[in-house]
Amino acid sequence: MLFFSFFKTLIDHDVTVELKNDIQIRGILKSVDQYLNIKLEDISVVDELKYPHLSAVKNIFIRGSVVRYVHLPAAAVDIPLLEDATRREAANQAGKAK
Amino acid sequence: MMENLSISDPPLLGPGGMVLGPPPQPQHLPAQMFTTAAQLLDLTDKKLMVALRDGRKLVGILRSWDQYANLLLQSTKERLFVPPGYGPNPSRGLYADIERGVFVVRGENVLLLGEIDLDKDDDPPPGYDLADIELVQSLAKKCKAEDKVKEKSRLKKLATLGFEGESSGEVLL
Repeated sequence: MLFFSFFKTLIDHDVTVELKNDIQIRGILKSVDQYLNIKLEDISVVDELKYPHLSAVKNIFIRGSVVRYVHLPAAAVDIPLLEDATRREAANQAGKAK
Repeated sequence: MMENLSISDPPLLGPGGMVLGPPPQPQHLPAQMFTTAAQLLDLTDKKLMVALRDGRKLVGILRSWDQYANLLLQSTKERLFVPPGYGPNPSRGLYADIERGVFVVRGENVLLLGEIDLDKDDDPPPGYDLADIELVQSLAKKCKAEDKVKEKSRLKKLATLGFEGESSGEVLL
């Protein structure tokens, strides 16, 4: 659940989500769930003219399974905290495996 | 828990009969509930654009859903697009709506749900014109066939380099 928690810390930040079909959608991260489904508000689409179906869309729910990358705002990421959480998660997993 | 307030309730009066503005909002659930259901709850009864795994775009009103994100859409239209270069005017794209009525979509087939801004919904997408359904259907078919050929040769080339397409078996458009 590390990434779920991590994305929750990014709520209300501007992110760009790149989908597996190469669409890039920029918007304010409003919600995320356990499948890493993502909800963005006030979106803008990179290369908008290529994707006419998104022209009238303002808020979007993206299924986690179609996301390729999430571009993060570097300033919003607390790297020492993330490193710490990652180690703890890894230790937990190792503990479970035994 | 819900307070029963209505528009006709008298405004709150402060000391000396000063109007204090609208009555306080009832306490709702926490603003963010990080579950699929909470995300879909916000979208219920809204006009949505649903992009499916097979490339279809549906526009309809979300009336119901469940924990798997299976969706029930009302007054659904399938919206077909043909990019510029295929129609009579090569600099403009074409689109058409096909009435589909009530649609039940299995959750796994959904790529994304877009809430439609009703102000922008009246205008056609920039660069696109509304056209006759049959014309758009035949052009879309041609366009899809060409894309398929292109995609196939792309995957073939990638395969010789040792790549396996992440979307093989899945048309992501």
